[in-house]
Amino acid sequence: MLKYLIEKEFKHIRRNKFLPRLILFFPTMMMIVLPWAANLDVKDIDVAIVNRDHSQLSGRLAEKISASAYFNLSSFSESYNNALKTLDKGDADIILEIPEGFEKALVKEGNAKVLIAANAVNGTKAGMGSAYLASIISDYAIELSNQTVSGGIEIVPQNRYNPAMDYKKFMVPALMVMLLTILCGFLPALNIVSEKEVGTIEQINVTPVGKFTFILAKLIPYWLIGFVVLTIAVIIGRVIYGITPQGSLFTFYLLASIFVFVVSGFGLVISNYSNTMQQAMFVMFFFMLIFILMSGLFTPVESMPRWAQIITIFNPMKYFIEIMRMVYLKGSGLDALTRQIVALLGFALLFNSWAVLSYRKSR
Amino acid sequence: MKYSSIWQEVQTEKQIKQIQEMKQFLVFVRKEFYHIFRDVRTVMILLLMPVVQIILFGFALSSEVNNVNIAIYDPAKDQATQLITERISASKYFKVVKMISDPGDVESLFRSGKANIVLLYSERFNENLIHTGHAQIQLITDGTEPNTANAVTRYATNIIMACQKELLQSQMSTINIIPEIKLLYNPQMKSSYNFVPGVMGLILMLICAMMTSISIVREKEVGTMEVLLVSPMRPIYIILSKAVPYFVLSFVNLTTILLLAVFVLGVPISGSLFWLIFLSLIFILVALSIGLLVSTLVDTQVAAMLISGMVFMMPTMVLSGMIYPVENMPWILRLISNFIPAKWYIIAVKKLMIQGLTIDSAFLELGVLCTMATVFILISLKMFKKRLA
Repeated sequence: MLKYLIEKEFKHIRRNKFLPRLILFFPTMMMIVLPWAANLDVKDIDVAIVNRDHSQLSGRLAEKISASAYFNLSSFSESYNNALKTLDKGDADIILEIPEGFEKALVKEGNAKVLIAANAVNGTKAGMGSAYLASIISDYAIELSNQTVSGGIEIVPQNRYNPAMDYKKFMVPALMVMLLTILCGFLPALNIVSEKEVGTIEQINVTPVGKFTFILAKLIPYWLIGFVVLTIAVIIGRVIYGITPQGSLFTFYLLASIFVFVVSGFGLVISNYSNTMQQAMFVMFFFMLIFILMSGLFTPVESMPRWAQIITIFNPMKYFIEIMRMVYLKGSGLDALTRQIVALLGFALLFNSWAVLSYRKSR
Repeated sequence: MKYSSIWQEVQTEKQIKQIQEMKQFLVFVRKEFYHIFRDVRTVMILLLMPVVQIILFGFALSSEVNNVNIAIYDPAKDQATQLITERISASKYFKVVKMISDPGDVESLFRSGKANIVLLYSERFNENLIHTGHAQIQLITDGTEPNTANAVTRYATNIIMACQKELLQSQMSTINIIPEIKLLYNPQMKSSYNFVPGVMGLILMLICAMMTSISIVREKEVGTMEVLLVSPMRPIYIILSKAVPYFVLSFVNLTTILLLAVFVLGVPISGSLFWLIFLSLIFILVALSIGLLVSTLVDTQVAAMLISGMVFMMPTMVLSGMIYPVENMPWILRLISNFIPAKWYIIAVKKLMIQGLTIDSAFLELGVLCTMATVFILISLKMFKKRLA
């Protein structure tokens, strides 16, 4: 029985001129485009320098800043107001004003002030930019005080797992999770409800097919689609971004298969409760948005306020993103992931039994 | 004489016809509203979505790094290391989770996700610092997230430098340059300043483009479109009557977002409200015309959803600059982003709403949006005539 039902589902998918293409092209496109776009790397900050001192020391400071990898010197202005205009136009992100008498004050008193003004509409850029700028300035002060930099405490920073500090490396595993969630979530959500709209659900309802078999037959195709999508994503990650999973591929696929059950089950629950595809679509969209935003994909979960962190406990996507990043980048094994695995299994059981129970063959 | 009276008759007949058409149009609009309101769940979601988004973006999402888990390896256990450890655990950025006794534990700490940074003192730290002037601290971070790793290293460095100043007071440098940092337009560094314009763009796009296209295609799919087309209404009015309710809905949402932004998130409207609304109306027009265009291209609801989802929603979220700055992208994506209406809308809203600039600084964006609206409407009208009339 199950075999024929699954065969039917695959025929549905194959006969649809849109779906097979979507399953192949969507992950490919997303994996090619997204890692480049989803980049919070703060580089190439445009800085406008207002040098009102015109001295040797202020000139050297300006040089030092434009030589840094983080900054692009966008303009030299004579007054702060002119610089502010370039910032308003969007040609500069940050202004450094070196006041008149800068050199004099440094030589005489050993103390001088400079002004950093950042366009904080983009908070990340302003925060990181002004901090970088401040650290270049304090390096410069140390240089000037003729003190050997190596004196005192030597700090040796080291970044594990991602020494080139490549943001793409961080995003690729998480974007795979997003792909799986979108495809294996939306397609099942539209599935049962589309049978309702077209009317074919009645034909299933008059057969002796059990609820459990019916739902299982709906789930398995998406489970396989999930594998296809994931494999495409892994290959692209390897070919384009040179990222290979540090952990074992087995762990990786095993956990992904649990996750696909979670999201497909969730999609089917929504499909069961909806009357039209439009409705299913929007309800799914609503939850998807919350899942994605609260998953730590874009902003770290640790920086959320307490109440928001409590909400994320109920977000299956959060656990799988943690798993993917740990397995992919750090090579963590199953033993380090018990908490996340238990959570995912719980969600899989919950959503799928809910999907079976909420499917009604007769009203 | 006779001629002119006939002319008059024709005139009045024309007027009557116009009035009738107008009435018919309003009836059609009412029908669409019934369609929408009958589906309570969708309406609820449409009205709730902006509220949830604003709250999430405004309160929950922040890229500020704090409460970082740190583990410390201290073989020296002397005055200097104790001072630094104390300062670090007192700082709001760090939470000391473990004192490790073996530097080899670093790997397993990172793998299990228990610590994000490990600080390792060199042996005989204080002694070396005082006698030779050399002591070493290693800061090993979990670099999977580069921004966090960078920020964490900087916080730790600042704390250590301050301690060093205290420990080596006599030998410290005499030259100081004190930077005074001013954060323009967003002094409290609220991320909502960045997100509110983005949410506005996303929601308006979602409702207008996606909903309109789906609702038109639905009539095609179910077959009721034929019924509508044989009515005496001109086809173009049938389509327009579908757009009107979504126009109204998105205006309601626009108002909700602005009210929430101002009164809940405390994001000011520093520029002129009139121009902000004018700009939004133009953007809504663009989105509606995209919806119409999509509906003329496809025949099934699934296709309409997927096209508006993949071709319009995803790019709006990713390439418009609402989450990720456009300047960071490679040139090809920057080029593509120019064709995304939401990008221009978001830039203009930031200028008008948050920076409080006057409308002439947003002329370019306004012009681009107007052009897009015209082009999309013209194309969809042409396609529409081919398909239906």
